[in-house]
Amino acid sequence: MKIKDILDISNGVLLTPGIDLETETKGAFGADLMSDVLASIQPEAVLLTGLCNPQVVRTALIADIRAIVFVRGKMPAVETIDLAAAEEVPLITSPLGLYELSGRLMQAGLPSLEMAMNHPFDQD
Amino acid sequence: MASRYPVISDADAESITRVEELAYELRIEEVMTTNVFTLSPEMTMKAALDSFQKERISGAPVKLGDTLVGLLSIEDLIRCLRDGRIDLTVADYMSDKLITINTFDPVVEALRLFVKTKVGRLPVLDSNKKLAGILTKGDITNGLLKALQRDYQAEELIRYRASHLFEDINSDRTSLILRYNIKKDDFTHGGAASNHIKKALLRLGADPQTARRCGIAVYEAEMNLIIHTDKGGTLRIEIEPHKITMEAYDEGPGIDDVEKAMQPGYSTATEKVREMGFGAGMGLVNIKRCVNEMKLISSKERGTNLFMVMHLDRQVTNQQSYGENK
Repeated sequence: MKIKDILDISNGVLLTPGIDLETETKGAFGADLMSDVLASIQPEAVLLTGLCNPQVVRTALIADIRAIVFVRGKMPAVETIDLAAAEEVPLITSPLGLYELSGRLMQAGLPSLEMAMNHPFDQD
Repeated sequence: MASRYPVISDADAESITRVEELAYELRIEEVMTTNVFTLSPEMTMKAALDSFQKERISGAPVKLGDTLVGLLSIEDLIRCLRDGRIDLTVADYMSDKLITINTFDPVVEALRLFVKTKVGRLPVLDSNKKLAGILTKGDITNGLLKALQRDYQAEELIRYRASHLFEDINSDRTSLILRYNIKKDDFTHGGAASNHIKKALLRLGADPQTARRCGIAVYEAEMNLIIHTDKGGTLRIEIEPHKITMEAYDEGPGIDDVEKAMQPGYSTATEKVREMGFGAGMGLVNIKRCVNEMKLISSKERGTNLFMVMHLDRQVTNQQSYGENK
């Protein structure tokens, strides 16, 4: 699914204009704890989160995340948006809650990119 | 770009973004034409027509002494020919409502003016308001293409040099060491060092999977230094052709119970830290999953030393740490 489709489905607002939205994502993952994200997300995912600080963007870069969607209409700080714009990570804010948005994306065919805790890292 | 309905591929989209960036970075003086052919206001239109033909130009600034007073374009010449008054002077036909641009303006400013005013050329003024050059859309296209070419060559060179670092240098054991000082409670920059490390590894030719795993491990280690130390600590990354050694060390306070700290979900982080999305008690567990070897030494007297190794030889895979887990 392309990032522009996720923007549509989430009724979202793009916070980082000028970034390519044709990029494909392989699935999604939702979490507020960055360690959970680092532990469980597979590459090329879109991250759904309620956490708004710049660490979200840094986590995205480390974990090869393609886009970040803030749920429940949360607005990240300016530093977060600036960092994302500089690193070309698309940021979207969606009025939907984490559960609602997860359900809609799953229904639209976007799979979960969460891997089990005992999944060895070499096999992802 | 001239086509009305351009088909934009991913590769195009990438370079368009860079072109847009360049439009802001490049100054007019870097792309304008200098050594401009100029006319004087008292010249006859016949003389102007002759010089347009001779110089193969379609417009020129008009100067009185040192001062720019107008601009004569091919349209003005046509108007004059239609009037049949080729005997009149340049001053009679030139346009004196001048739209100019400054040498220090960004190129994007000129693009805006071209779109807004539909003029074909802009006289360029220096900081003393003297004519310094002339700018057409063609000049901008040329300037952007040249800048892109420079960019491309510079990036190729850096990438080539970095990925051949270990081959080019001859020693019994070559390694590259990166050090980062991590401050306590510096959440604003939390993860910045780890991102630099990941980018450095990619630049040195590491495969994306290795860079990602090392990135995750040092990110967790970096956040631990920010959250749990008295005064912060140091990240030290040693890169060798066959392995990457990552160390995080600090001077205290030390971990009370190392065995407990290694249990998934165990955390001593404060509520404030948890609100920021950290302190889930998964950091060390994550690290152990990402790297091939991990050692944690901690004491009240000497602080904590976290030692992580990633082997780059394909033969040596994750066996060691996963063997221990089972």
